[in-house]
Amino acid sequence: MKKIAALLALAVLVVAQSASAQTLKTVKDRGILNCGSNGTLAGFGLPDAQGNWTGLDVDLCRAIAAAIFNDPKKVKFVPLSAKDRFTALQSGEVDVLARNTTWTSSRDTSLGLNFTGVNYYDGQGFVVRKALKVNSALELNGASICVQQGTTTELNLTDYFRSHNMQMKSVTFATANEAVKAYDAGRCDAYTSDASALYAERLRLANANDHIILPEIISKEPLGPMVRQGDDQWFDIVKWTLFAMLNAEELNVTSKNVDEAAKSDNPEIKRLLGTEGNFGEQLGLTKDWVVRIVKLVGNYGESFERNVGQGSPLKIDRGLNRLWNKGGIQYAPPVR
Amino acid sequence: MSTTDLTRGDPPARVPFYNNPKVRSLAYQFALCVVIVLLVWGAASNAIDHLRRAHIASGFGFWNTTAGFDISQTLISYSAQASTYGRAFWVGLLNTLLVAGLGIVFATIIGFVVGLSRLSKNWLLAKVAGGYVETIRNLPLLLQLLFWYNAVLKALPEIRDSLTIGGAVYLNNRGLFLPKPSALSGFGWVEIAFFVGLVLSIVFTIWARRRQERSGAQTPVLWVTLGLVVGLPVIALLATGVPVLFESPQAGRFNISGGIEVLPEFAALLFGLSIYTAAFIAEVVRAGITSVSRGQVEAAYSLGLRPRPTLRLIVVPQAMRVIIPPLTNQYLNLVKNSTLAVAIGYPDLVQVFTGTVLNQTGQAVEVVAITMLVYLTISLATSVAMNVYNSRMTLVER
Repeated sequence: MKKIAALLALAVLVVAQSASAQTLKTVKDRGILNCGSNGTLAGFGLPDAQGNWTGLDVDLCRAIAAAIFNDPKKVKFVPLSAKDRFTALQSGEVDVLARNTTWTSSRDTSLGLNFTGVNYYDGQGFVVRKALKVNSALELNGASICVQQGTTTELNLTDYFRSHNMQMKSVTFATANEAVKAYDAGRCDAYTSDASALYAERLRLANANDHIILPEIISKEPLGPMVRQGDDQWFDIVKWTLFAMLNAEELNVTSKNVDEAAKSDNPEIKRLLGTEGNFGEQLGLTKDWVVRIVKLVGNYGESFERNVGQGSPLKIDRGLNRLWNKGGIQYAPPVR
Repeated sequence: MSTTDLTRGDPPARVPFYNNPKVRSLAYQFALCVVIVLLVWGAASNAIDHLRRAHIASGFGFWNTTAGFDISQTLISYSAQASTYGRAFWVGLLNTLLVAGLGIVFATIIGFVVGLSRLSKNWLLAKVAGGYVETIRNLPLLLQLLFWYNAVLKALPEIRDSLTIGGAVYLNNRGLFLPKPSALSGFGWVEIAFFVGLVLSIVFTIWARRRQERSGAQTPVLWVTLGLVVGLPVIALLATGVPVLFESPQAGRFNISGGIEVLPEFAALLFGLSIYTAAFIAEVVRAGITSVSRGQVEAAYSLGLRPRPTLRLIVVPQAMRVIIPPLTNQYLNLVKNSTLAVAIGYPDLVQVFTGTVLNQTGQAVEVVAITMLVYLTISLATSVAMNVYNSRMTLVER
């Protein structure tokens, strides 16, 4: 009896222990990166008919896989709902959560998770029918608004209407899909979400041209990837993967010219691409980690244009997401 | 035990206490209990320890934190700015109880009607009832809910083309809007009349039963009690000049506000749950009725009872003994199935609490534990109520 009890108790302990620390080693041993992704949002995370995932968040996971394995395909994408995403990362089901998640103080402190940076500066907006002849969100007093559950959107919506002394009726759905469908069926006057998502969702409406996106952006929505607390090495790897993509764009290193650039005399490029110093090894990766990322996935600008920018159906202007020296606020610390 | 008695006079052989079967079985049960307690305690303390080590907030402090999100249907007062997560929990729980309670009532009525129809001698009625049961119970409930929800939304007109009755009742794809009655002074008389009627009808029922036991004469109990409970308040209402104010819904720029609002999500969920569970209840009822042997009916007929009293007095009371236990199962299923509300945006307990509250607070363990406890309580309460009813209905042999 006692033996069995001791064994069972030990099993419980071992199962619980395995979820902590040493993420890089776990990922390497497993041979594949588990990435929590959206799964239904064009431009950020969406599999096509062949099961190939594309999107800005997807590219970030591919870049991490490229840096570790020199193969951007060694990623298993786990589609997560807004509601389940944090639990999946906390429990170790995924190694990194790149699922258009807004960075807020409570999420950063009380979930046992950390944001590593911002890969898309977004803000919340509204889409309405043109027939309503509404030109501003301030005219939405008394409207019904469809919204997805478990998002910052839900809270911002209440705050915005309250601070402008307006009334509204929110109708909450578990997934963005259901919320958009209900809006399309006329259940609500407006659908609200991050502006980037509105551009993507509008494409799925029965008649996209009957709907307009209102000019107001009612909140700050810095979207970024998350990792578990307590593994600083893994935190650094995810953080610097994004910085590497931003630095590559700043130094005009693209997927096409990266081999040429590696021969450059520019000391900044030399440090970035690992021909000088061993910054990659300090992260627990190889010297040429950025070469791998840029060659196999691309720099931040390439990823942006391909997924959400002019090269995509969404055609979102880069706006705030331009580099700092081009009028935006995307700014990466230097590699040195 | 008895081997010691074989030879009288010898002192009984000393059996060591650990070979005593009573002591042994007690010891085993005790050991098992200890192991189970240890396992549960180990798992709980392990979880708490790891939550703390992973810097995940724990505890029930969130209960009194301001919620900050809106809920589309609230039976008790709730505002996003002032109400707490605890209040949101109660709002969700009441919404669950509302849809489950009404669902049980409707499912029972439809189920009994369909179950009896399937046994009817009318060929068409029996086949229609059979078709209904076989279709509904063989399709997944989630699919049916999505179907009804989209059917409701698509079939109803847009808000600007609302169907309306005299500007007081509106129907559109945002819901059904009814005038909301509120009591003015003088309404107290109506309430008094209702209670007087209730007391009188109870007294009358007891008197009628005694009279029947004494003389065998029957009285129309149903009609008299109905007249007392409904008629008296209506007379009081008219006598005091209808002291009720109706707040009509008003059409605004976007929405209709004021009055009583029935959400399409609520209607679809209630309809879907009732229709689905009724199909199972119909089969339970059919099985119960068929279980009453043919001889009982024949005996009733030979005593001169007509078909209707035969069904009411002979068949149904005996069938109920077979019907109630599986009926309890169906009620429990309905309560649990109401959690599918999350798919169509009805704010039930799971949608509000395990959905939004869990996500905003990030405290999965606490929130899920509370929710499980709530459903366990609801289910056990339903089960206890049905068991009490069952013990009253069991055959009492005289």
